[in-house]
Amino acid sequence: MADKRMTEEQVVAQLESGMTIGIGGWGSRRKPMSLVAAIARSNLRDLTIVCYGGPDLGLLCATGKVKRAIYGFVSLDTIPLEPHFRAARQKGALEASEIDEGMLQWGLYAAALRLPFLPTRAGLGSDVMKVNPWLKTVASPYDADETLVAMPALHLDAALVHMNLADEQGNTAFLGPDPYFDDLFCMAAERRFVSCERIVSAAELATSPLQSLRVQRWMVDGVVEAPRGAHFTECLPDYGRDEAFMKEYAASAKSPEAWTAFYDRYIAVDHKGYLAAMEQRS
Amino acid sequence: MSDITRAEVCIVACAEAFRGDGEILASPMGYTSMMGARLARLTFEPLLAMSDGVATLTGFGRSEEGRLTQTAEGWIPYRTIFDMVWHGRRHVMMGASQIDRFGNQNISMVGDFAQPKAQLIGARGAPGNTINHRTSYWVPTHNPQVFVPAVDFVCGIGNDRARALGKAARFHHLHRVITSLCVLDFETPDGSMRVRSLHPGVTLDEVKAATGFDLAVAPDLAESRLPNEAELAIIRTTLDPKGFAAKEIGS
Repeated sequence: MADKRMTEEQVVAQLESGMTIGIGGWGSRRKPMSLVAAIARSNLRDLTIVCYGGPDLGLLCATGKVKRAIYGFVSLDTIPLEPHFRAARQKGALEASEIDEGMLQWGLYAAALRLPFLPTRAGLGSDVMKVNPWLKTVASPYDADETLVAMPALHLDAALVHMNLADEQGNTAFLGPDPYFDDLFCMAAERRFVSCERIVSAAELATSPLQSLRVQRWMVDGVVEAPRGAHFTECLPDYGRDEAFMKEYAASAKSPEAWTAFYDRYIAVDHKGYLAAMEQRS
Repeated sequence: MSDITRAEVCIVACAEAFRGDGEILASPMGYTSMMGARLARLTFEPLLAMSDGVATLTGFGRSEEGRLTQTAEGWIPYRTIFDMVWHGRRHVMMGASQIDRFGNQNISMVGDFAQPKAQLIGARGAPGNTINHRTSYWVPTHNPQVFVPAVDFVCGIGNDRARALGKAARFHHLHRVITSLCVLDFETPDGSMRVRSLHPGVTLDEVKAATGFDLAVAPDLAESRLPNEAELAIIRTTLDPKGFAAKEIGS
C-alpha cells in the first residue's frame, strides 16, 4: 500500500510557476489554508487559480502569486467582500475570469469526465460571455434553435483540498454538511493533494459515515496532516470559522505595514509556527 | 395599527412575492427577504421549500410559545442547489448593487472590468438563476446609485437581454423588485420596470426621484399592504423579535 504522507513544503515542491491550481472548499469554508500559505511564502508565481473564492484567493493575491483567477465569487462569508482580492482587482493586478458559479462546476466536471465541454444555459445573455471571449456557445444537435453555453473543461495542473480525516493511502472523509466540489477539483487535476485535520488508520476512517468517504485514494497523490489546516476558515465539526482572526486578516489589507506585520507573523512561518502564533493570540 | 414599521411592510411585500409559488425552493438573499419568505411559508404559502442557509432543506414552523421551529427535511449541499436551479423549481430573491429598467442586475463590480473602481462579490449564480427560473430582487436602499440607466456589468439578465436570446431564455421570468420605498414589477408591453405599489407614507415623486430612469406606473397603483394581526404577531414574536430587518433598510 502506498504511503502518500507528505508535508506542505513537499507539496509546494511538486508545483511550478505558471500552473493552473484548483482550490477546494467554498468561500471561507473548509479551505486548505496551510497549503495555500505554503504557496504564499514560496517562490511560485504567475499562477492561475480556480476556486469558489475566499481567503485562499485573497492571500495568494496579497502575496502576488496570481496571474489569473477563474471564479464565480470571492467572499469571506460574514465579511461579504474579500479585501485583498478587491485590492488586487482594483489595481488591475490580475486577469479576472469571472463566471457563473454553476459554470465553474460544469467546467470542473467536464475536465473530470475528459469532455471538451458541457452545455448549460447559465451565462447566456450575461456579461460573463462578454468579458470571457474564450467562452463559446453551441447549437443543440437536436434542435438548432436551442443555443447553449459550451462550458469548456477547466483542466487543473494541481488540486488542493482539505478534509477532516484521511488515511495514509489518501482515502478521506468530510464530516461537515457539504462536500462542496472537492471531488471534482481532484478529478479535474493532474496532481491531487489533500490536507486533513488528522491522519487515521484505514480501520478508523472506515467508521465514518459511508457517504462522507467522497474523495478516495484514486483521486489523491499526497496527504498532509495539518491540524487546524483550514483555519481561519471553518472545518465543521472540528471547528467553526474564527471570526476574530478573520477580522484581523481583513484589517491587514488596510495598509502595507499592516500586511507586512500579518505576513511576518502568520504566513512567513510554517504551519507549526502558524499554530504557535495563533496560540499566542488567545 | 399605526405603529407598523416600514421594515414590517417590506417583510410582507417580500412574502407576497412568493405567493402562488407552491412546492418550490424559495431562496431569499438578505435578511428582510428571508423574513418575508419565512412569513409566506408560515402563512399563505405552506408548501414552500427553504434552506437553512447551509445545506439543510428545512421545515419552518411555530411552537405553541411562538418560537420558530426548524426540522430537517432534506440534504441540499451546493451541488444540489445548482441542480435545482437548472431544474427550475426555484424562486430566488437576490440583491442588486445596480439594476436597470429592464431588470439587468449587477453584483460584480463598478467601473471598468479590467480594473474596476470597486470589485464587488462577483456574478455568483445570477446568470444561471435568471435564465433558469423565477427571479425577484430585494433592494433595501432605493436610490439612484442602485437604480441606474445602465448597469456596469450584467450578472442577472433583464427582460431586454432575455428577449434577444429568444427560445434559449424561455424559462426567464422577472417577477418583483421590492425596495425600501415600493414594490415594482415588469408587467409592461416592453418588460420595463413599473411601480406596482407604494409603501405607506411614500409618494410616487419620491420613488421617481430615487430612480435613475423613467418608471412606468401601474394604472391601479396601490399602497403596499400592511401585515394583518396574525402576520404581525408572527413577525414580532417568531421571525424578527429583535427587529433586525429595520437595520437593513436604508432610505
